[in-house]
Amino acid sequence: MTPNARIPEGPIAQKWDRHKFEMKLVNPANKRKYHVLVVGSGLAGASAAATMAELGYQVSCYCFQDSPRRAHSIAAQGGINAAKNYQNDGDSIYRLFYDTVKGGDFRAREANVYRLAQISVNIIDQCVAQGVPFAREYGGLLANRSFGGAQVSRTFYARGQTGQQLLLGAYQALEKEIAKGTVRMHARSEMLDLILVNGVARGIVTRDLVTGKIESHVGDAVVLATGGYGNVFYLSTNAKGSNTTAIWRAHKQGALFGNPCYTQIHPTCIPQSGDYQSKLTLMSESLRNDGRVWVPKKQGDTRSPAQIPDAERDYYLERKYPSFGNLSPRDIASRAAKEACDDGRGVGPGGLGVYLDFRDAIKRLGADKIAERYGNLFEMYQRITDEDPYQVPMRIYPAVHYTMGGLWVDYNLMSSIPGLHVLGEANFSDHGANRLGASALMQGLADGYFIIPYTIGHYLASTKLEAVGKDHPAVVAAERAVDERTKRLLGIRGKRTVQSFHRELGRIMWEKCGMARDAAGLSQALQSIPALRQEFWENVNVPGSGAELNQSLEQAGRVADFLELGELMCRDALHREESCGGHFRTEHQTDDGEAMRNDDQFAYVAAWEYGKEGGAAVLHKEPLAFENVHLATRSYK
Amino acid sequence: MTASSLPAAGASRAPVGRLRRFWDSSVGKKVVMAVTGLGGIGFVVAHMAGNLQMFVPGTPAQAMHEYALGLRKLGPLLWVARAGLVVMVVLHATAALQLIARNRAARPVPYSRRVGQVSTLGAKTMRAGGILLALFVVFHILDMTLGVGHPQFVHLDPYNNLRLGFQRWWAVLFYVVAVIFLGLHLFHGAWASWRTLGLRRASDRPLHRNIAIALALFVTLGFLAVPVAAALGIFEPQTVVMDAAHTPEAAQ
Amino acid sequence: MNLTLKVWRQAGPGAPGAFAEYQARDISPDMSFLEMLDVVNEDLTAKGEMPIAFDHDCREGICGMCGLMINGSAHGPMKATTTCQLHMRSFRSGETITIEPWRASAFPVLRDLCVDRSSFDRIIQAGGYVSVQTGNAVDGNALPVPKPDADAAMDAAACIGCGACVAACPNGSASLFTAAKVSHLGHLPQGQPERYRRALKMVAQMDLETFGGCTLFGECQEACPKDISIDTIARMNRDYMQASAFEPGENRKSGGAG
Repeated sequence: MTPNARIPEGPIAQKWDRHKFEMKLVNPANKRKYHVLVVGSGLAGASAAATMAELGYQVSCYCFQDSPRRAHSIAAQGGINAAKNYQNDGDSIYRLFYDTVKGGDFRAREANVYRLAQISVNIIDQCVAQGVPFAREYGGLLANRSFGGAQVSRTFYARGQTGQQLLLGAYQALEKEIAKGTVRMHARSEMLDLILVNGVARGIVTRDLVTGKIESHVGDAVVLATGGYGNVFYLSTNAKGSNTTAIWRAHKQGALFGNPCYTQIHPTCIPQSGDYQSKLTLMSESLRNDGRVWVPKKQGDTRSPAQIPDAERDYYLERKYPSFGNLSPRDIASRAAKEACDDGRGVGPGGLGVYLDFRDAIKRLGADKIAERYGNLFEMYQRITDEDPYQVPMRIYPAVHYTMGGLWVDYNLMSSIPGLHVLGEANFSDHGANRLGASALMQGLADGYFIIPYTIGHYLASTKLEAVGKDHPAVVAAERAVDERTKRLLGIRGKRTVQSFHRELGRIMWEKCGMARDAAGLSQALQSIPALRQEFWENVNVPGSGAELNQSLEQAGRVADFLELGELMCRDALHREESCGGHFRTEHQTDDGEAMRNDDQFAYVAAWEYGKEGGAAVLHKEPLAFENVHLATRSYK
Repeated sequence: MTASSLPAAGASRAPVGRLRRFWDSSVGKKVVMAVTGLGGIGFVVAHMAGNLQMFVPGTPAQAMHEYALGLRKLGPLLWVARAGLVVMVVLHATAALQLIARNRAARPVPYSRRVGQVSTLGAKTMRAGGILLALFVVFHILDMTLGVGHPQFVHLDPYNNLRLGFQRWWAVLFYVVAVIFLGLHLFHGAWASWRTLGLRRASDRPLHRNIAIALALFVTLGFLAVPVAAALGIFEPQTVVMDAAHTPEAAQ
Repeated sequence: MNLTLKVWRQAGPGAPGAFAEYQARDISPDMSFLEMLDVVNEDLTAKGEMPIAFDHDCREGICGMCGLMINGSAHGPMKATTTCQLHMRSFRSGETITIEPWRASAFPVLRDLCVDRSSFDRIIQAGGYVSVQTGNAVDGNALPVPKPDADAAMDAAACIGCGACVAACPNGSASLFTAAKVSHLGHLPQGQPERYRRALKMVAQMDLETFGGCTLFGECQEACPKDISIDTIARMNRDYMQASAFEPGENRKSGGAG
């Protein structure tokens, strides 16, 4: 079976406009008869829920946090791209499209990316109108900055809190609709399963995280905007609550999972300081503009950095990539750091860190200039590590940051289950094998504000839906299944905590399916993950009951799903016998250690079908055609 | 959490007009307190200026007498002013008491420990000090305006009324304590009123309050001068000349 | 380091609560406060007890989910820092740390240290937005915004809605939270059409939620992890006064948010 991406005909620049015209519409008076369930309230979910409500649909929105304002989109720092060309530096929709396809290492769907670039300009207008306080120049017009992977200044930003401000804009739009009664908000509610009626997505089962009540919600379409699954690695820059449960449940119900192994590892995070560590904190990539990355040349060199003379330092990025140097792209910089540490030359606790040194920049520009540029980041670093980066070099290490993979969707953002739509990081769509900086916010809002409101109408207008009540056998069965699973988790009463399983899974994933992967390691992981999963279901200790606020139970359900997803990621990574973007297979590299794609065999989206009854996952392939941006090898030497 | 996310009680409110809406709101009540408070500051400063005539060289008793008589000569205007003061005090106190009730209800379960970071003594004593000042005002009017309980009260002879009144140690003490609380009240109130009314421009150090400090010191010292001087015996006995035209009856 | 924790435990909303004492042993000074609680919770779980429930999510100081009253200070002793960004090096070994939930009638306790802050969402619902539908925006540069205004708007917009202002206020007032939103939108041209109505509606909702009034203690500003200034409150009051004079009373029929 080849998944049908339903890409409209015609030249790439006209596809979306033509498609918008060809899609069916729902009569304004009929919109209120349709009920759409939106799971997740981040950039994609909140913008989708608010916009569909504005159009007249009845919307219910769900989030596990205590308020929709807290979704993890809020933590995005850098900015949002848009092809406005306000800087008159040669930007265009086509250039943003081109950069994104190339940055994704030719593993994204051209038509989707082009549409994303087209919509990017509307997003900025919309957000400004909502009162998002973007940075401005003295003339009162919007400011831009440049970001990795592009040669133009197209990134809009609100200090270091762009994600927060964009999310608050979407959140406020959502609250406006909640006040009108067009959206019903269910905070502290976690989706635990998808309800299918005759193969069509018709509802969800949730658990009220305060009372523990398991409830089903029925509607005409379901939209998942539940974010990424980087927490499968235990340590990541994701929020602690970020999880895969919603999309994994949908996957188990039949939705194809696209490119699960594509993971972005961000090079500039604060290293782990001990086993107790619960999350990793990102430091803006912009630090690499003035900081120099190095490790000692000698293995196991424990001298303090100041005592290591220049001749005994290895500025490895400058050495390996003389033209890009410290500014080489995320995937390359991350891998190089790992190589240095694997070589026994890492610094700091456990040897898992490299120096990001501002000594030369401070000498050249003065401490004041550096403070002006990076003062808040230096402060944050000092607060966390208790070290003063003006005096001693920062220590950084790569960390899992974003998952390009996610549920497979067609051009209309509908998954392989009719009626189930997937937006934002939760889908696989636009970034291919590597995401460029400032593109995640763009995609979340494009999906939510400007794509799903059109395509959902087309789905509803062209589908005949039977009436489904809460007493429908499929609904009752789904609710019962969730209830039984909850009881099962609570009934084990084993010896190990949920967190210890999560940590162990994270270690396996990081070692075998992290920055560099090989067949042997992935095969080992495919042995050890099922064993760990089995132990989990026999020996996990989930205290308390289901009828109360029980954070251990919430965690247990999420970790149980990660234990299944991890296996699929390894399977996907093992099958993809090439290196591309964030997926680096050590077997597939050039003589000087660069990624080697295999376009003849792997220029496709791997869309995995869940293996029913304990069977192995089944691979489906959506071939990718590059008609506009021609396949080429990325080089940063 | 439950699904209901509509405003908690907004829908069920009875229709209200602007004035009622304003008075019912916490901001409205604070604005009323700020306006009446600023009015009170005006009164206090004027009152203090009157008091300081106790120190007029030569014939302070006569000066005080003329001042008191001058007020009486305002006739109906004096009563308008008095009524205005009463309305201000009533509004100020009513709003204060209602807000205190709301603030209490806003935290039904107290912290076992809460450490103030920047609360000033002035802010912390607004309530207790306000109540003390209200009690003091009642005593002060009885004692110095109506002469109730005053040992040797003579109408329209404020100089000697003060001089003799402050020979009672407890009266001096009460007066001094009340004036200190008045100073604290102004230290916070003068600064806060300005902000409550939104008159202050944004600043980098919003907690700074130079004018309020100067005002509070000025008023405190000005009011303390009389009882302290009286207690130290600085005021000599003086006789006031009240000719026919200057009798209380004539002034009425 | 070793610490004694005095933690508020409460089984559910409305259930009676009490302090319980726990020992936190071998705590690294490099741990965040929440990681220290994670360690205590792992011990409790191993012993078969219910772990301490506390809200948290991003653990990088931006989501606003975490918030504990630590030794009588909202978010603990460090200024402009959320609980998740507070590290144990701020404490001394052997110390007793008292941990309480935010306390306000508008923030009922759900369990242990978790409180319900949906009252904040309802304040936003009352008017904390610009009524613009998706699609009808003009070009982002059509309306220039003077940089100082954009900066002032951003200063106020930095609010993370954690509730520390309410928690720290002796009156349990939500004035800083409400004023931050009024100020954010009021500084921008896009926020002008609804500026006065917004102040009116949001203040009314804040009162309805049973928050206290503002005495300008300044405690909110000190507790705020994002350093939001009480100047925003002056601005809110100014808008509110103008609104009171010019906006019609509610006996007139009006559509939209209420």
